[in-house]
Amino acid sequence: MRPIPFLPTLWRSRLHRLMLHPWSLGVAGIGVLLGLWALVASLGILDPLFLPTPAAVLAAGGEEAANGDLWRDISASVLRVLGGFGLSALVALPLGIAMGTKTTLCRLLEPLLALLRYMPAPAFIPLLIIYFGVGELPKVLLIFIGTLFFNTLMIMDAVKFVPRELMETTLTLGGRQRDLLLRVIVPYIAPQVLDAFRINMAAAWNLVIVAELVAAESGLGKHITLAQRFLRTDQIFLGLIVIGLIGLLIDLSFRMVMRRSCAWAT
Amino acid sequence: MKLVLDSVCKRFGEGRDAQLVLDQISFTMHTGQFLALLGSSGSGKSTLMRMVAGLEQPTSGSLQLDGEAIRRPGSDRGMVFQKYSLFPWLTAAQNVAFGLKIKGLDRDQIRERTSFYLEVVGLADAARRLPRELSGGMQQRVAIARALAAEPRLLLLDEPFGALDLQIRESMQEFLLNLWRSTGLSVLLITHDIDEALLLAQQVHILAPKPGRLAESLSLDLDKGDLRDLRISASFQTLRHEVADTLRQLDRIRPEAPARAPGAG
Repeated sequence: MRPIPFLPTLWRSRLHRLMLHPWSLGVAGIGVLLGLWALVASLGILDPLFLPTPAAVLAAGGEEAANGDLWRDISASVLRVLGGFGLSALVALPLGIAMGTKTTLCRLLEPLLALLRYMPAPAFIPLLIIYFGVGELPKVLLIFIGTLFFNTLMIMDAVKFVPRELMETTLTLGGRQRDLLLRVIVPYIAPQVLDAFRINMAAAWNLVIVAELVAAESGLGKHITLAQRFLRTDQIFLGLIVIGLIGLLIDLSFRMVMRRSCAWAT
Repeated sequence: MKLVLDSVCKRFGEGRDAQLVLDQISFTMHTGQFLALLGSSGSGKSTLMRMVAGLEQPTSGSLQLDGEAIRRPGSDRGMVFQKYSLFPWLTAAQNVAFGLKIKGLDRDQIRERTSFYLEVVGLADAARRLPRELSGGMQQRVAIARALAAEPRLLLLDEPFGALDLQIRESMQEFLLNLWRSTGLSVLLITHDIDEALLLAQQVHILAPKPGRLAESLSLDLDKGDLRDLRISASFQTLRHEVADTLRQLDRIRPEAPARAPGAG
């Protein structure tokens, strides 16, 4: 253990243990970036319009939180994601399982889905606006379209990889089709399904912001376009940071659920 | 329990690409017997077992269990595979209870039978452990307990110890022999391991490869009091050499196959 100067022994060992914690490097990295930002902003090298200080961004955040705008925007974006993604999961799960178990269905749909998957979801925005206007529906549908094909194909792949031996063991224990589905396939693919949802949820979060940048009454994307119109870069920075933090929160939530319910797979 | 195979043939593929995997296999098996099917890869022994289990259908010929044709898998023919035997998200006890839940037994019955069969395989204190916390040998023991808990008429073992290392394999072989002795179960074992077949079974059918056919049958009456002594005894070694020669000759009839690692095929 390299000696840390200027510290009594007890604190030296505590600091050492803190440095070895898996998160400490990550937190330190973010801290360094924040520090650099504060430093560069305070030196006044750049116009405060281009680079607001962290303090200014925090103040803007406080202001928005106080007058309720922040929460309104956050909830608008989050609800759209939950709606669109929820729908996508509801369709992808049975469809993916069906495609994974029935070869004919897979051969029928997989090429189609593979093709649709490569059509960038944001390219659908103009079409969705023409069909459904600028309300909630086109945004929810955008997220649905943007995540359905990935979810379905990832779930289908998970089903295909269920070991044949597990299925056959179930049959030799007197199991039928229903048992194969509910007692083997579903529990086996659960961790992979959750992981697919975690990954595609990130895409959904991205898509909702893109949709709001184009046309919206509320939401974090809308918040950014509005801020741009008034040259409020502090609000833009705030928006970006909030978007990133929520995305991170979503990711960590999924990981926690996975660790709790699928301990056997980690 | 009476298992009758009559002129069973199995062909894979169609027309010109058709491969004859099994050719006119016939044999009978009675209650309480320990029968081993011994053969190298390509002898179709796995396919044969899968047909007895009901996982595959013969191209021609018939398989009958107690007078009824075998058409589909069922808990009367329990099976243990070489790998991926246990459900990884379930504990040992839950694995053993799996077939019982499917049958719809009530909670007390399940608990009783589960602890009984875990006891039988000597894993009562591993009940709460997940498969990944168990060694390979323990996993296979749980798999056997799970098959036994469904109270099958016939226990099918498809190279159950092939994926285990040598030391564990030998202790598992002893375990299986003792289990058979104490339960009087009917056991059909598939293996490419000559020692295993000769040490455990009362009757060994040697299968020739490509296409799989019954080449020779051995009725064994060895003194299995101490397996370790038996393994090194002169008479056993002689028998073993003879069987190994037979297998080698049977193998020679087909084109030279590259050496395979144990557990493959």
